[in-house]
Amino acid sequence: MTKKIMTVDDSASMRQMVGFTLRQHGYDIVEAVNGADALKKLEKEKIDMMITDINMPEMDGINLVRKVRENPSYKFIPIIILTTEYQTEKKEEGKAAGATGWIVKPFRPDQLVGVVRKVMG
Amino acid sequence: MSDELQQFREAFKVEASELLSELEATLLELEKDPGNMDAVSSIFRSFHTLKGSGGMCGFDDISGFTHQIETVYDLVRNWKIEADKGLIDLTLAACDHIRDMLSSELSGSEALENRTTDIIALFRRLVPDAGKAPKLLKKAGLAEDVLGAAEPFGKLATYRIRFRPAGDVFLRGTNPLLLLQELREMGDCKVIAHTENIPALGSMDPEQCYVYWDIVLSTTRGMNVIQDVFIFVQDDSEVVIDMIDDGETMLEAEDYRKLGEILIEKKDLKKEDLEQILRERKLLGEVLIEEGLVEPVSIEAALTEQERVKQIRETRQKIDAMMNIRVASRKLDKLVNLVGELVTIQARLTQTALRRDDPELLLISEEVERLIEELRDTTMNIRMLPMGTTFGKFKRLVRDLADGLGKEVELVTEGAETELDKTVIEKLNDPLIHIIRNCVDHGIEPPEARREIGKPRKGTIRLSAVHSGAFVVIEVRDDGAGLDRDAICAKAVQRGLIHPDDELSEREIFNLILAPGFTTSGNVTSVSGRGVGMDVVKKAVDNLRGLISIDSAAGEGTTITLNLPLTLAIIEGLLVKVGQDNFVIPLSMVEECIELSERTVEERHGRNLVGVRGQIVPYIRLRDQFSINGASPPIQQIVIVNAEDRHVGFAVDSVIGEHQTVIKSLGKFYHGVQGISGATILGDGSVALILDMQQLIQLVETAENADV
Repeated sequence: MTKKIMTVDDSASMRQMVGFTLRQHGYDIVEAVNGADALKKLEKEKIDMMITDINMPEMDGINLVRKVRENPSYKFIPIIILTTEYQTEKKEEGKAAGATGWIVKPFRPDQLVGVVRKVMG
Repeated sequence: MSDELQQFREAFKVEASELLSELEATLLELEKDPGNMDAVSSIFRSFHTLKGSGGMCGFDDISGFTHQIETVYDLVRNWKIEADKGLIDLTLAACDHIRDMLSSELSGSEALENRTTDIIALFRRLVPDAGKAPKLLKKAGLAEDVLGAAEPFGKLATYRIRFRPAGDVFLRGTNPLLLLQELREMGDCKVIAHTENIPALGSMDPEQCYVYWDIVLSTTRGMNVIQDVFIFVQDDSEVVIDMIDDGETMLEAEDYRKLGEILIEKKDLKKEDLEQILRERKLLGEVLIEEGLVEPVSIEAALTEQERVKQIRETRQKIDAMMNIRVASRKLDKLVNLVGELVTIQARLTQTALRRDDPELLLISEEVERLIEELRDTTMNIRMLPMGTTFGKFKRLVRDLADGLGKEVELVTEGAETELDKTVIEKLNDPLIHIIRNCVDHGIEPPEARREIGKPRKGTIRLSAVHSGAFVVIEVRDDGAGLDRDAICAKAVQRGLIHPDDELSEREIFNLILAPGFTTSGNVTSVSGRGVGMDVVKKAVDNLRGLISIDSAAGEGTTITLNLPLTLAIIEGLLVKVGQDNFVIPLSMVEECIELSERTVEERHGRNLVGVRGQIVPYIRLRDQFSINGASPPIQQIVIVNAEDRHVGFAVDSVIGEHQTVIKSLGKFYHGVQGISGATILGDGSVALILDMQQLIQLVETAENADV
């Protein structure tokens, strides 16, 4: 079955890039523009994995991860956070909130696919 | 630039200009109300987005530039500096500057770059302790190694890994089995699971991870790559990686650590306890378990490790010994021949058994088939030698050649342990010398020229060999100037190989250098350039039933790849029939088989072309080619073959199926026959000819050109 990944980012070009790359590798993509939007969409969509940015208006990525983990259906799904090179403390915060791993921006499409495969098999 | 990247760039431009307009509005707000922290956060976020998305869409300059501004606003956000008018003015100027950077006309100009530097300098002044400004941590995140992108393959080493995930590992979405799977994909891997900590069902928390693992992994990928497998879990899990065999030690196989030593090293056992037990002199493992000092599974893990290293070292010694023990290759050839006969007779046995429909006979036949297969593999294996035996010579060759030409070149070899049939290795020697010579002479630039274009003075030639199915892929890659497409085309036109108006793909252009006598080198050097070279290589590779491909990027270097069969004695073939005659097509070249109906033939008005998924593929009628009497059946089969990146079909009456074939040479009398590389005997005793597809295509092409 095709795996569905939710990408959460307030940057349209970033969503486009991530979406394009993952679709090319046969994944289904649901896009959300921030944490609140993501939670709303999760009520309707069943996803297998989430990739979220950290800095977003309304609800940031860290809080999103926390909220998602509270949902029994998403307790164990992989969640990847997007960080930038000097936000090492965000990486820790994200892990503490329940994120599975992280990708450092900027990244190449193949790195993204590598990480998705790594955490989802 | 790829279409996608271009598309992303356009999307980014639109998004960036929207962001910039918003930014300006927010900046003006902040100017009115300097304590507005929401505005500061919003500004920070905008620059953060510009930086992240910019870097991804190929705007590295914007990414770098906004990084500096983001740093400053991070300080504002944390009350370290104040958002005064000076900062806001400067930020507005920065916004204008980003707009300039986005417009493609200005991008890359010197004026623009100077302005970038100026503005960054002004921002830096605002940072209280500029010396300690957050610097770019290059490898803070995922190294390329995680994805296996750039890590060169090194020596085969063996590692011991203890992986004890944190109890709450599942709650962070990590599946530890996937990590074990990743390790398995890296090489020979033995995993021992420790399940002794799993509590009784009643007191078990199903969301907790109680299991941990001992892994013994033999891989060429190196310590860093293994560490990167655990990158997401290393902070909260126990991950201990030790190299237990470096891939070189030639000690006696028995010399590896004793069981007790391993257990102590891994902290599974206390030293005092071991000494106590040793005094009693029983079989250590048994006693330890009896005494309850060590879990049985820990003993198993340690024994596995011991066994593994012993095995590896034994193999290594065997390979080493093989180089020293001389067996006349004549004897080996004889053995291979006999096995070949056995394979043939086996095919016959299977056929007979099938025809008689006798279950008992079939059972025997299958058993014999399995044994013969094993015997064949073992025999073939005896003829295998590691490539490394020839690699050594090339280092010297490169050194001498480079000296003679006043160049600095280093030869790096990878995969010396890759094994290949002795005959193939011998016949590869000359082609490889030719290729490497070309690299040193034409490929690698003189040291000064290299320095000027920002390359290291010393050029690198990388010679690697890896297994890939029934093939060995040998790659020679230099980091030199690359092939000169225009010069090749000009020369080819001059020599009448192509027409000036021909539109050739990159690959086709590069393949031109394989033509006899082809050289673009203006002056003949002592090393190469006389135009005897690549065609000789091509011929040798063809004779080995291999494929050659050339890849090159101007300024970056050239890669020549040879795909060679592991052995010359046996091929996997596709057996086809035309009239009463059988032919074998090498399976490695076959792409697919399609049907050819009489109607299609009529529609094409006798032109030998078929459409395969929208692509027009020419085909050759073997019936015509070999002047076989009789008419074709109403529905013929076309076997589509991939010959040097071209698809060509071969029309036959019927396709019988896959056939493993022992190759027999045709004998001196038929030496000049073209299009046939050998023959084989089928199960029913009849002879099938093995086709040389390349030669056949060439024959037909030459004939057609002559007609025109």
